[in-house]
Amino acid sequence: MNRILKHWAATALIAVSNVAMAAGGDGQSSGQTPASGNIAKLQYLHKGEARIADPAPGWDYLWKEVLIDITVIGILFALMTAFFIWRYRRVPGGPQVGSAPKLSPAAAIGWAVIPAFVFLADDLFLAANGWVLWNKFRDVPADRLEIHLESGMYSWDYTYPNGVQTQNELVVPAGKAILLRMTSRDTLHSHFIPDFRVKEDSMPGRTTFLWFLPREAGKEHVVTCAEYCGVMHSYMAGRIIVKTPEEFKQWYEAGAAAAKRSS
Amino acid sequence: MNLKEWIFTTDHKRVGVLYLIGSMAAFIVAGIMAMLMRVELSTLGPTITSNPSSYNVWLYAHGAVMILGFQIPALTGFFANYCIPLMIGAKDVAFPRVNALSVWLFYVGIILALLTFFIPDPPDVMWTGYPPYSTITAGNTALYSFTVLILGFASIIGGVNFLTTIAYMRAPGLTWNKLNIFVWCTLGAFVLQLIFVPVLGTAVTLISMDKYLGTTFFDPARGGDVLTYQNLFWFYSHPAVYVIFLPFFGVLFEIVATFAKNRVFNYNAVVYGGIGGIILLSGVVWVHHLYVSGMIDWIRIGQMVTTLMISVPVGLMLIGLVGTLYKGSITFETPMLYALGVLFLFLIGGLTGIPLALPSLTLHLSETYYVVGHFHYVMAVAGTFSIFAGVYYWFPKITGRMYNEFWGKLGFWVTFVGTNIVFWTMMDIGVKGMPRRYYDYSHFSQFEGAHQLMTIGAAILGVGFAIALVNWIVGAMKGAPAGDNPWQSMSLEWTTVSPPPHGNWPSPPSVSAEWTPYAYDRR
Repeated sequence: MNRILKHWAATALIAVSNVAMAAGGDGQSSGQTPASGNIAKLQYLHKGEARIADPAPGWDYLWKEVLIDITVIGILFALMTAFFIWRYRRVPGGPQVGSAPKLSPAAAIGWAVIPAFVFLADDLFLAANGWVLWNKFRDVPADRLEIHLESGMYSWDYTYPNGVQTQNELVVPAGKAILLRMTSRDTLHSHFIPDFRVKEDSMPGRTTFLWFLPREAGKEHVVTCAEYCGVMHSYMAGRIIVKTPEEFKQWYEAGAAAAKRSS
Repeated sequence: MNLKEWIFTTDHKRVGVLYLIGSMAAFIVAGIMAMLMRVELSTLGPTITSNPSSYNVWLYAHGAVMILGFQIPALTGFFANYCIPLMIGAKDVAFPRVNALSVWLFYVGIILALLTFFIPDPPDVMWTGYPPYSTITAGNTALYSFTVLILGFASIIGGVNFLTTIAYMRAPGLTWNKLNIFVWCTLGAFVLQLIFVPVLGTAVTLISMDKYLGTTFFDPARGGDVLTYQNLFWFYSHPAVYVIFLPFFGVLFEIVATFAKNRVFNYNAVVYGGIGGIILLSGVVWVHHLYVSGMIDWIRIGQMVTTLMISVPVGLMLIGLVGTLYKGSITFETPMLYALGVLFLFLIGGLTGIPLALPSLTLHLSETYYVVGHFHYVMAVAGTFSIFAGVYYWFPKITGRMYNEFWGKLGFWVTFVGTNIVFWTMMDIGVKGMPRRYYDYSHFSQFEGAHQLMTIGAAILGVGFAIALVNWIVGAMKGAPAGDNPWQSMSLEWTTVSPPPHGNWPSPPSVSAEWTPYAYDRR
C-alpha cells in the first residue's frame, strides 16, 4: 500500500514539474516581443528570414505538433479500447458476468488524479505553445503597410494610406508586413486568407485587425468571406496580388496620381 | 390505441414516446435538408437550385432542427422521461401535468420550426442568428426567435420537473451514490438548461426587438454593440453542447455496463470529477466560439486555458467508459455496436477539438469545414449514434417486442462507414481552407472531388439511418415478444414488465444495501 502511494506521489510530482516547465518555460518567451530572438529559438522562423517573424509557418509548425499530440493520444486510446473489446468478449463456456474488482478508495483517487494531471500537463503544454504563436499573430511589426478595409455585402473595399482605393483586389509588396484595419458597413464578414492562415471578423462599430507577410512576388492568394453574411455570402471573394517592391511602388504611385486627377 | 388518451396523457412513458416520435420526425426533416445540401454541393455552381437563399434556408433548418428539435428533445425529453422514473423506482415524475405541458410546448415548437418551409421569406439566419444580419435580413427572424423561446420554455419546465423527481422520488434505499450514471448525467444536463436557457431566450428576444420594435441593442450606430449577441448566444450554446453530451454519455454508460455485465469503472470519478467538472467549466469556455470575432485578446487567452481544461472531466468520463469494458463479459448486440461505435467517433471528435481550443490555430481553422467535421463527429454523429443505441437498447422495454438483430447490425455498419466518409473528408478539406456555409464554392474548385465523395458518403449514411428507422417500425408492430429483461440488466427499469403499466410497478420497489445498478458480480 505504502509502496503504491509512493509510486503515485512520484508520478504526480513528475507531472507537476512537466506542467511547470511547459508553462513557465514557454510563458517566459511569450512575454517578449515575437520579433526577438527567443521565438526564433522555437524554430517558427524560416532560416535566413530577416527581422520579421512571419506567423504563417509558425501555424504550420504548431498544427503539426498538435496533430502528432492528438494522434498519439487517439491511437493509444483506440488500441486500448479495441484490445479490451477483443480480450473481454464473451466466449462459450467463459464467465457470464464481468469480474472487474471494486476499486479501493486509494486506487479510485489515483485513477482520477493521475489522468487529470497527465491531461492537464498536455493541456498546459499546448496552451503555452498556442499562446506564443498567438502573440506572433497579434504583434504587428513596426515596418508595415497599413491598409484600411471596409467590408460590405458583398465586396472588400481597400483604402491605401495615399488614398488609392481598390475593390476585391489587394495589391501588396513582397517582404513587407501588411496590416489590415477592418470595419464593416453592414453586417459581419470575415476576411479569410487561407494561404496566410489568418482571418478576423469585421463588423460595424468596431475596428479589428489582422496582419500577414506576403513573401513571393508574382503570386496570387484567394481572399474569401468566412462569416455568413447573407444570400451571396459564398460569392464574396477577392484576391491578393503580390508584386516586387519596385513594381508595387510603380503601381502605388500611378494609382495616387490617378486618384489626384479624378478628384 | 386511442389518440385522445395519448394527447392528454400524463404518464411519463407516453410523454416520453411522444417526445421520441416528435424528435424523430424532426430528425427526418433535418436529415432531408442535409441531403439536399449535399446534392447541391455535388457540383460546382448551381446544381438543384439556382437560388442561394434556398440553400441558406436548408442550412438554417438543418442546424436549428437537428439541435433544438432532435438532439436536445430526444435526449432530455425522450430518454429522461422514459427512463428516469423507471431507473429511480418512482411511479411517475413529480409533476405529471407539467410534464404533459412540456411535451405540448415541444410540439408547438416543432410545428413553428416546420413552418419555415411554408411561409414566404423563411428565416435564413443560421441556427446562431447573429446580428446585424438577423436584424436586416428579409427572412423571418421572429419565427426563429419564437421557435427557440418555445422549445427553451419546454426545456426549463422539464428541468424543474426532473430535478424535483430525482431529488424526492427515489425508491427507498436508493441513495445518491447508487443512481445510474444516466440519472446523474440528466441531472447535470438539466442544471445546465436551468442556468443557461434564459440567456439564450434573452438573446433571441433582443434580436427580434431590434428588428421589429426598433430597439438598438446590437446597432452600434445608435449605441448598441454587435458582439454582445455573440457572447450571450454562446454563453448558452456552448453549455448546450454539454446538455447533449452528458445524456448521450449517460446512455452509453448504461449500455456498456449492461453488455459488458460489469460495474462502472471508478463511478465516483465519473460522477463527481466528470459530470461535476463539466458543469463547473461549461460556463467559462464560450469565448472559444469567438476567437476570430474581434474579442479583446486577454479573454481569448484566458478561455483557451479553460477550454483545454475541459479535456480533464471528459477524459475521466471516457476512462470510466473504456474501463467498464475491462474484465467484462462483452456481447455485441446492436445497441452495444452503436455504443462502441460512438467510442471511436467521439475519440476522433474530441481530439480534433483540441486544435480549436488554441486561438492561434483557430485563426485559420474557424469557420471552415474542419470545424463542421469536428462538431459533427463529437456532437452531431456521436450524439445521434447514442440516441440510436439507446432506442435500440430500451426498445424491448418500450414496446415489449424485439427488433430484428440482423438489420440492426447492418444499419449500424452502413451508418458507421457513411459517417466517416463524410466527416473525415470534411475535416481534411477544412484544414486546406474550404469555408463553411457556402452555396457555391467556385473559387475553391479544387475541392469538387471531395464534395462529391461526401455526397456519396451522405447517401450511405442516410440509407443506414433509414434501415434503423424501418427496423423499429417493423419491430414495434410485429417483432417477437422480448420478455421483461432481454439483456439481463441489473438496472431497476428492467425489473418491471415490458411495456410497463401506468404507475410502473404494482407495488413500489425498494433496493437492498448491496444492490447497485451495476453490481453484476453480486447477483
